[in-house]
Amino acid sequence: MTTTSTPAGLSTRATRMLGWLTAATLALTAVMALVVSPPDVNMKDSVRLLYLHVPTAWLAMYVSFGITTLASVLYLWKRTRSRFWDLTAGASAEIGVLFLGLTLLIGSIWGRITWGVWWTWDARLTTTAVLFVLYLGYLAVRKVPAAPEVQSRRAAIVAVAAFLDVPIVHFSVTWWRTLHQDASILDERRLLDPQITGTMALTLFIGVAAFTLLYAWLLVHRFRLAWVEDRIADRQMDIAIEERRAEAEVVK
Amino acid sequence: MWRDAVLVAGKDLRVEARSRVGINQVVPFALLVLVLFAFALDSDRATLAGVGPGLFWVTVLFSGLLAIQRSFVIEADDDARDALRLSGLDGAGIFLGKAAAIAVQLAALEAVLAVGVVVLYNLQLHGPVMLLLTCVATTVGLAAAGTVYGIIAAGLRVRDTLLPLLVLPVLAPVLLAAARACEAALAGTPSEGWPWVRLLLVFATIYVTFGVVAFGPLLEES
Repeated sequence: MTTTSTPAGLSTRATRMLGWLTAATLALTAVMALVVSPPDVNMKDSVRLLYLHVPTAWLAMYVSFGITTLASVLYLWKRTRSRFWDLTAGASAEIGVLFLGLTLLIGSIWGRITWGVWWTWDARLTTTAVLFVLYLGYLAVRKVPAAPEVQSRRAAIVAVAAFLDVPIVHFSVTWWRTLHQDASILDERRLLDPQITGTMALTLFIGVAAFTLLYAWLLVHRFRLAWVEDRIADRQMDIAIEERRAEAEVVK
Repeated sequence: MWRDAVLVAGKDLRVEARSRVGINQVVPFALLVLVLFAFALDSDRATLAGVGPGLFWVTVLFSGLLAIQRSFVIEADDDARDALRLSGLDGAGIFLGKAAAIAVQLAALEAVLAVGVVVLYNLQLHGPVMLLLTCVATTVGLAAAGTVYGIIAAGLRVRDTLLPLLVLPVLAPVLLAAARACEAALAGTPSEGWPWVRLLLVFATIYVTFGVVAFGPLLEES
């Protein structure tokens, strides 16, 4: 089917190493975020939520959806078209939607503590919410049964179309908020972008690294699972064809 | 391409004119939505006039979804989509034709709804140039994006539920921009409205281009 990569099973030594490394950096993030780093002057202990919030947002919006878009473009481009890119795009989007959901959830809890509201129509929040729904739609398209080729092409086009929409959504909601500016939003902006240095910056950096590793680990495994599922479907099809042939032989 | 577009648009509009689904069902539905908004928000005149532009575009969006679905349902009957594929018409032409037919229907719907909001919500119309330009840009954008997602969802068993999920987030910025532009026009502050009109024009351009490029392949495998 493809020459790019053909995983033999669900686990290799390299990915086991990656798994342990991920677990170790995640544990380090937890220790740094919960124990080592100090509480913030303004936000107190709620700042610790941001050590999860920022890495999940980074992972979902930039890494996952970036790779989904890239893989979809590579799938659509005839010279690099292969099932590999389609499965990669799907796996990456699934992880992205999961972590974007977590980003919204954690952000919402943090907002409740810091701003006193679960949600505010800030430009960034609104863009994120629309992005979340856009990619839910993409995953829905992937789940619609069709011939594999058709399904892959359709999904890739939807992914590219969704990506085209992201800057439009971003500009529209940014203008929306800035043209109808409330004074409180400015304060929220400042809270959203606090100047961070020292231990806090280090914690955040480790968090981003840990979640990037986690993404890589999840992506490889989700991809392999999809790949194996694909192979099983192929195998079952072969078996079914063999059986029909055998039946035909008996009739003769 | 243009000749094919005119042919397809003519066909779609003729089918619509003869079936009268638009006149008999979509337009009454849209007016009904306007009335329901008044119930939901209390019939306080000031409230309704203030949120009028937003409600108008929400109504256009939801009724427009029906028009988009209709546009592909007529291709589903008697395997008309296969006939369209085999017709040898240019993919880009088919896209432009179907989008144009939807745009004409949307424009008619907007005209009726505009009368509706003026009468029911007591809205005073100002800034005709900006209002008209907003309507044109929004209609083209809605029709183009709707046609792209319509063909993606066409032929699927789950199309009625999949289409709104796919297309509404994409159209969210259009709703936002159209409502703000109309508010600015009605409030007599056109300088606030022009960025929105430009955004609508950009959106329309992007999706018309995307449709012209992608519609052929999408039709092949719908």
